[in-house]
Amino acid sequence: MEYISQIAFLVIISIAGYLLYQRISRIRKNIFLGKPAGRNDQTAERWKTMLLVALGQKKMFKRIVPAFLHLLIYVGFLVINLEVLEFVIDGIAGTHRIFAPYLGNFYTVLINIFEFLAVAVLFSCVVFLIRRNIIKVPRFSGAEMKKWPTLDANLILVIEIILMFAILSMNATDMLIQGQDEHYAQTGTFFFSSFLLPIFEGMSLSTLHIVERFAWWFHIVGILAFAVYVTYSKHLHIAMAFPNTWYSNLNAKGKIANMPVVTNEVNMMLGIPTETPSDVPAEVGRFGAKDINDLSWVNIMNAYACTECGRCTSSCPANITGKKLSPRKIMMDTRDRAEEVGASLAKGGKGLEDGKSLLGDYITKEEINACTSCYACVEACPVNIDPLSIILEMRRYVAMEESGSPASWNSMFQNVETNFAPWKFPPTDRFNWAEEMESK
Amino acid sequence: MSENLNNVPVMADLASRGESPEVLFWVGCAGSFDDRYKKVTQAFVKILNKVGISFAVLGPEETCTGDPARRAGNEFLFQMQAISNIQVLNGYNIKKIVTACPHCFNTIKNEYPELGGNYEVIHHSTFLQQLINEGKVGLKGGGEFKGKKITYHDSCYLGRANNIYEAPREVLAALDAELVEMKRCKTNGLCCGAGGAQMFKDSEPGKKEVNVERTEDALATGASIIAAACPFCMTMMRDGVKNKEKEESVQVMDLAELIARNEGII
Repeated sequence: MEYISQIAFLVIISIAGYLLYQRISRIRKNIFLGKPAGRNDQTAERWKTMLLVALGQKKMFKRIVPAFLHLLIYVGFLVINLEVLEFVIDGIAGTHRIFAPYLGNFYTVLINIFEFLAVAVLFSCVVFLIRRNIIKVPRFSGAEMKKWPTLDANLILVIEIILMFAILSMNATDMLIQGQDEHYAQTGTFFFSSFLLPIFEGMSLSTLHIVERFAWWFHIVGILAFAVYVTYSKHLHIAMAFPNTWYSNLNAKGKIANMPVVTNEVNMMLGIPTETPSDVPAEVGRFGAKDINDLSWVNIMNAYACTECGRCTSSCPANITGKKLSPRKIMMDTRDRAEEVGASLAKGGKGLEDGKSLLGDYITKEEINACTSCYACVEACPVNIDPLSIILEMRRYVAMEESGSPASWNSMFQNVETNFAPWKFPPTDRFNWAEEMESK
Repeated sequence: MSENLNNVPVMADLASRGESPEVLFWVGCAGSFDDRYKKVTQAFVKILNKVGISFAVLGPEETCTGDPARRAGNEFLFQMQAISNIQVLNGYNIKKIVTACPHCFNTIKNEYPELGGNYEVIHHSTFLQQLINEGKVGLKGGGEFKGKKITYHDSCYLGRANNIYEAPREVLAALDAELVEMKRCKTNGLCCGAGGAQMFKDSEPGKKEVNVERTEDALATGASIIAAACPFCMTMMRDGVKNKEKEESVQVMDLAELIARNEGII
C-alpha cells in the first residue's frame, strides 16, 4: 500500500508522456507535409530574432495593456513550472516538498514568488475573460471565430484560473497542517495563500490532509492534462512561438520568394543560356499552392503557432472595410486542413487525395483576391506568422494553373505583355511626358 | 549647373556618346502614363537638373517591372518583364537607380538580384533626403509651406516592406511645415487600398472602400496637404478626397512636388 501513490503517479505521468509524444509526432508529420523551405542560414540573426520576439515578447508591446497582462501569465508559466519539478520528484520519490529542508528560508522566498505569480496569472486570466466576454474586444470575434475557437480561448483561461487556485489551496492547507503535524516540512508563511486560510481553518487535520493531497494531485494531473490539451488547441503557441520565430523570414518583407522553375523556362524562352541551378527539382510540381502540400513547411508551422489573437485581421485593410479576407482565417484554415489530412493519413485514409483542398474547400478566391499585400498582418503578428505568403502562393496557383484570375487582372496581364505597362496605353506614348516637358 | 531644367537625357543617347550617368531615373509606368503622376516625374527631373546631378532615363526602353503581375500571381509574366529589364539595365552597365515608385523600388531592389540584376536602388524620398542633408535643396526661410499642416501617408512598400519611415518625414521637415501624423502611421499605417495589384481591379464586396477609410484618417488630422510618396497612393488618396468632396481645401502632393515648389521651380 505504501507505494500506491507513487505507482499511480508514474502511471499518470507515463500516460501523459505517451499522449504528448503521439500528438507531437503527428503535428510534426503534418508540418512536414509542406515543401522544404531552406531557412537554416544566418543562424546568429535567427537566434537573435527568437530571443527578442518569442522570449522577449518584443512585438506584443505594440499594444501595452494586453502585453503587460500576457507577460504576467508568460512569466508565471515559466517560473511556476520550476515548482512542477518539485511536484514530479515528490510524486516519484513519495516525498513531500523535497526542496524545503535543503533551501531553508530561500524555499519560503521561492514559494512566495511562485504565489505572487500565481495571483498575477489569476488576475490576468480574469481580465482576459472580461475582455473576451464582457467588453467584447472586437478582434476576438469575426466569421472564423466559431464555437470551438471561442470555447477554446475561454477554456484555457478558466483552466489556468482553476490550476492557480489549486496551488494556493494546497499551500494554505499545508500551512495549517504544518502547525499540527511535525512530519510536514516547516516552510514559514506563504503570503498570498494566507488569505485563503479562513476557508480551511475550521477543518480537522484529516480533512486538511485530504484537501491538501487533493489539491496536489489536482494541480499536477491538471497540468499534465493541460499539456496534452494544449497540443489540440490554439494555445500551442506557447511552444511553437520559439521555432516559428527562429524560422522567420529575414529578408525585406517586400521581397517575394522567387520561383527558380519559372526562371529556367523564361530564360529558355528569351534564349538566355542558363546553367541549371541545383535547387530546381527535376520534376516540376504544381505552380503555386492549391493544398497544404504545395505550401512550405514553414507556412504550416506558422498555422500551428497561431493563437488566434486577431491582431493581423484587425489591421488588415480588406477586413477593416468589410471584405471576407481575414489573415487569421487563412492561418486557421491552413491548420485545420493539415489536421484533416494528417488524421486521414494516420487512419490509412486518402489524405491529400480526399477530393478536398485548402483552396476551394476552406479558402475562397474572393478572400485571396482581396489582399492588398500591404504586410500589415505580417507586421502585426507577435510571433512573425506570414499569412501573406500563403495568399500569394494561392494567387500563383489560380493565375498559372487555372488562368482563373479576375477578368481585370487578366486584362492587366495582357497589357503588360503587349504594351509593357499595366494600363492600355501604347508603348509609343511612354516618353510623352518628356516631350511635353521639353516643348515648354 | 544645368540651365535647362527641362532637359531629359536618354540612356541610349548617352551610351552612344560613350557616357554613363551617375544615376538612372526609373520613371515607372504611372510616372510615364498617369496624367497626375507625370507632373511628379517632371518635378523630380527639374530637381535633378537644378542640383546638377548627372542622370538619364531609359525612355522608350523602359517597361513595367512586373510588380503587379507577380503580386497577382502571374510569375511567368513577372519574370519575363524582370529578365528583359535586367538585360537592358545590365547592357548599359547601370549601377545606381532612383525611382519615385515604391513598387518599382521594392521589385528592383529586392527581387531583381536573384534574377541577375544587382544595383544600388534608392527611392526618391531617400534621394531627396540626401540632397537636403547635403544642403543642395530645402529650407529657405519663409518658404511656401512654412507652418502649413501637412500629413504624410506611409506607402506600404516603403514602410513595412522596406522599413523606410524617416526619409519622407525628413523631407517634409525641410519644408519647415507642421507635420501632423495620422492615428495609424509608420508601422501601423493603413494601406491606401491599391497594393497587391488591387490598383488594376475593382475591390471585393465589402462595406467601404479602403481609400475612403484611409482618407478619413488623413482628413481627421486637419492637414491641408496630404503628402504621398507613391503613384498608387496618390491616386487612391485623391479619389478619397474627391469622395469626401474636399478637393477645394485638401491637396494630395508628392514629396518631389513639394520640394520643387519650395525651390520655386514648378
